[in-house]
Amino acid sequence: MVVILGLFLVVPIAMAFWVSVSDWRGVGNPMTGAARFVGAANYSDVLLGDGLATKDLGRAMRNNLYYVLAVVPLQTILALTLAVLVHRRVVAGRGFFRSAFYFPSVTSSVAITVVFLFLFSATGAVNRLLAVLGVEGPNWFADPRGVVHLALGAFGIRAPYESGPVLLGLSWWNWISGPSVAMCVLIVLAVFTTSGTFMLLFLAALQHLPGEVEEAAVVDGATPWQRLHRITVPMLRPTLFTVITLGLIGTWQLFDQVYTGTQGTPGKTTLTPAYLSYQTSFQQQEWGQGAAIAFLLFAIIVVSTLVGRWLLRERDTTAPHRLRPARRPGTGSGS
Amino acid sequence: MTATHALRRDRGPAWLRRSRFGSAVALAVLILLALAYLYPFAISLATSFKTDAGAAADPLSLIPATPSTSAYTELLRNSDFPLWVRNSVIVTLTVTTGRVLFASLAGYALARLRFPGRGVVFAALVAVMAVPGVVLLIPRFLVINTFGIYNSFAGLILPLLVDAAGVFIMRNYFTSVPPGVEEAARIDGAGPLRIFWSVALPMAGPALITIIVLSFQGSWNELSHFIVASDRPELQTLTKGVAQLTAGALSQGTQYPLKLAAAVIMSIPVALLFLVFQRRITSTHDGAIRG
Repeated sequence: MVVILGLFLVVPIAMAFWVSVSDWRGVGNPMTGAARFVGAANYSDVLLGDGLATKDLGRAMRNNLYYVLAVVPLQTILALTLAVLVHRRVVAGRGFFRSAFYFPSVTSSVAITVVFLFLFSATGAVNRLLAVLGVEGPNWFADPRGVVHLALGAFGIRAPYESGPVLLGLSWWNWISGPSVAMCVLIVLAVFTTSGTFMLLFLAALQHLPGEVEEAAVVDGATPWQRLHRITVPMLRPTLFTVITLGLIGTWQLFDQVYTGTQGTPGKTTLTPAYLSYQTSFQQQEWGQGAAIAFLLFAIIVVSTLVGRWLLRERDTTAPHRLRPARRPGTGSGS
Repeated sequence: MTATHALRRDRGPAWLRRSRFGSAVALAVLILLALAYLYPFAISLATSFKTDAGAAADPLSLIPATPSTSAYTELLRNSDFPLWVRNSVIVTLTVTTGRVLFASLAGYALARLRFPGRGVVFAALVAVMAVPGVVLLIPRFLVINTFGIYNSFAGLILPLLVDAAGVFIMRNYFTSVPPGVEEAARIDGAGPLRIFWSVALPMAGPALITIIVLSFQGSWNELSHFIVASDRPELQTLTKGVAQLTAGALSQGTQYPLKLAAAVIMSIPVALLFLVFQRRITSTHDGAIRG
């Protein structure tokens, strides 16, 4: 078992790291002299160059960053809402609702992407539904316009004179674009497929909450909203932490939907680091750069997990204090 | 006395009424949400029985105007689809069987056997679970290439057998079971392997079902590993085949009934698995409460 684990995980990662600092172009075996050591050249090519490689990484980072910023809060809030609603309906239909919300998580990302390509096609179900409401829907998957640009455009703010690149080959105007309309569909898709799984985590936690605290709050005359906001959510903090961490790790790895649905189009606004890494190495045979992008992605995932942890811990010290000031010294070790 | 009585009478019904109203709103919201979650699947199923023209003309309807099974006959007769199904079945069954054996053996060893370096192995296991899958694409390809199993079933299957999460689940399960029965077997002279096979494994039913469900679903739905492990059409699996069918024909923008039929067929096994183990899947965590 140690052998298999080592063989398929530790050794491979070491090999990939070697490739990321080599000039291997896919010919021969990189382990046996077919590649030369080039230091951090691949990393500086994708991070500091002024060519397409850097610009693509910049776009991929921007796209995925907006995706993470949208999906993680939305899926967490929706999952919590579903869990609270399903938990409330103790008697009838609970199993049905639980299954209905969980079902999208069971099916493959490829099948769901196909379904969404159909639903959000130019003449698809969503646009037909919007037409009934008198709204003309966009051509979702072909629309590269960023939603922040669109919002600014509504106030008459257009692209300023093209300023120079500020970071990773993109100008600041390009950085603030927001997710493109096409990316928004992938955001909806992600929330649709993951909220069920996270709902189950929240449900399990809700069922293990002690009922006395809630009862005490009812006796004290707390409204349902107060009970949710002041008691349930703070007590769910460990689960909240798990869900947000898993969400951060999962959303930075957006690949299947891009491979199946958009291949990074339109206008490279659904390009992601994971897909870029695949494209660079497997299709363009720039293995060194592809591996470098993979390791950068790894670093980003680690860092954003740590940031998420830090953000949640920060609030951890204030919430219990507000909730029960009398027991302040005890909460530090308890939570 | 009368005052408190009146008060209680006042409060009771009002509180009840508010709660009943709240429940009605909650139920309405739940039903709307459930519709939103299930409608995409219903509409996919319906559209797979439409003609291309019918799908474009009326994408919303749940009943095809002119029902047609041409999408299915096209898929099953005039494409590699049956081959993809066969490959996916082979890979999924092998991976699931292999993972059950591997995860339970390794989990048992970690929980019960005292061997040097056990702590290190366990730490390594947890570390491995933390490595994101997408980061492993290039490493996996390099290993598959080095061992000369690119473009073979071995390359499709072997790397998927490594299942740190499964080992973790089994290890935790065996740790939570008191070792009394196994000790009795040991006193009767049974060796570690015999104890594992005849005593420990039959007791691990619930955990094994979890592993089976996770492995089946995971390997049936796997995409990225199959992309990097082979490029031969004969080794195409369902996910990769359907993904490339979709990606390739995107420019034409039509053929939705065909693509959706493929999506429907590839969802059937996992949907069945879900229906069979529904209770267990959606209530694994509150098993203690449901008894």
